[in-house]
Amino acid sequence: MPLLDARDVHGGYGGMNILNGVDMAIEADEIGVIIGPNGAGKSTMLKAIFGLLHVSQGEVLLRGEPIQNLPTNKLVHKGMGFVPQEYNVFPSLTVKENLQMGAYLKPGNVKRMLAQVYEFFPPLLEKRHQPAGELSGGQRQMVAMGRALMAEPELLLLDEPTAGLSPLYMHEILERVKAINAAGVGVLMVEQNAKQALAIADKGFVLANGQNRFTDTGAALLADPEVAKSFLGG
Amino acid sequence: MNELVFFINNVVIAGSVTGSIYAIGAVGVTLIFSIMRFAHFAHGDMMTFGAFMVLLLTTLFPQAGAAIGVPTPLIMLPLAMVLTAALAVGLDRAFYKPLRAHGVKPIVFVIASLGVALMLQGLIRLFAGTGGQSLYVDDRKEIFRLALPIEGVRVPVVITEPQLYLFALTLVAVVGLHVFLSRSRLGKAMRAMSDNPDLAQASGINTHTIVAVTWMLAGGLAAIAGTLLSLDVTFKPDLSFFLLLPIFAAAIVGGVGHPYGAIAGGFVVGFAETLAVFNWNVLLRPFRDSLPEWLSLPGNLAFVGTEYKIVVPFFILVVILVWRPTGIFKGKVI
Repeated sequence: MPLLDARDVHGGYGGMNILNGVDMAIEADEIGVIIGPNGAGKSTMLKAIFGLLHVSQGEVLLRGEPIQNLPTNKLVHKGMGFVPQEYNVFPSLTVKENLQMGAYLKPGNVKRMLAQVYEFFPPLLEKRHQPAGELSGGQRQMVAMGRALMAEPELLLLDEPTAGLSPLYMHEILERVKAINAAGVGVLMVEQNAKQALAIADKGFVLANGQNRFTDTGAALLADPEVAKSFLGG
Repeated sequence: MNELVFFINNVVIAGSVTGSIYAIGAVGVTLIFSIMRFAHFAHGDMMTFGAFMVLLLTTLFPQAGAAIGVPTPLIMLPLAMVLTAALAVGLDRAFYKPLRAHGVKPIVFVIASLGVALMLQGLIRLFAGTGGQSLYVDDRKEIFRLALPIEGVRVPVVITEPQLYLFALTLVAVVGLHVFLSRSRLGKAMRAMSDNPDLAQASGINTHTIVAVTWMLAGGLAAIAGTLLSLDVTFKPDLSFFLLLPIFAAAIVGGVGHPYGAIAGGFVVGFAETLAVFNWNVLLRPFRDSLPEWLSLPGNLAFVGTEYKIVVPFFILVVILVWRPTGIFKGKVI
């Protein structure tokens, strides 16, 4: 049974449909990457999976259990973590407090998971008493991912984790995503840096106009001349 | 020296008393703002409600305090805090929650809270009457006169029993709040929700719980502030309502949504008020003889008359909003 199985998802804001029937499935040990042009509905799809957007048709299954339109705190309880693209830290809370908030539903985990997150993101250990709002963009992204990991999710949803980062940090963050996946967390992420992201992807989903255009392994998509021409900038 | 004691009595003590009351009131206002994002105009009347509960309970059991040797109103305060917290949660359920469900603009909440304020005040008037009543139903308000052991000082430092309790309670409330917000899981979740409600929810924080906890805290703090105020003077149904302006000024001076700022703001506004109405003539009197002939001291050297005290917080409010709209501590700009 796939970890995440979204079937024929329709949805949008205020009666305007952005998603017109998207299918997406990943296994528990996979990294899924969503790419596509602006306005294709990439982030919208992620939000629909995480209950931030009303799914008007279709269904989203987490380990076979329908989860569409559940409140987000329930989804966290069921093993999902979500890292928004922007406003993804609590700026006035310290790094450590940010991470603690991630384990809000599992207070017993805090100590163990803090150690694990500091291991994933060593810079955070050093900055743990600093307000997250004072950190650089890359470190902030680490805090945001660390916060989501604190709840020990089975599935981590990342919305453009490398947006606005320097190439050095982009590489670093994608390496971390690989490591997190290797530790047993399924990952589904939206990425603008399509080539680099597909390179670490088990599955790639190319969206356009709120529908699937191509769905294949990351390597196959990278090798596909049509995908390269239309979506990877030649 | 007598003049200095006069200054201590009329500025240091009076300012601390006013400041403490403003501070505790402003913390409640700022907490509500940080979570619900609206200015709660019924806060003054929640304070009155708390004081009224203390008055009711004290009237019912006037002897309760004598057994422990503490004034009865103070014994009744914890119970009144619980009742006011319950009222605050009830008000939210009845009036603000439906508005939240409709996703209305903040100004709608503000106007609704004004309605709640008038309604609460009317209800309290209905039961308590419009006159002033002492919370010291059966006890006597002790007044301590501390004569300073310095030669030539005839004026004693005067402090009343409720004022001593007021300082102690303010300290406890401030320290308690600090520990709650910085150490407890719920307190941190409150700060998280104030920072970013969507992310708080995405972290699994139940925002409904946080809203309820915020109302409980605000209600409890309002009961403390209202009771302290009524202990210092007397209980009146509209007393706290008239404190709304200085309390909001304090919250804004400190930086809206910033609890520590609200405390600092409370004392800033409290002291500014007392300093503005203080008759500086008294302090200058010892130098009267050394002043040049053309400069004689007028009888009253206060910045503003006592009856215009209310302009002081207004003035501070305008200055802060013009020069530093985020307040002393960086709060949220309204």
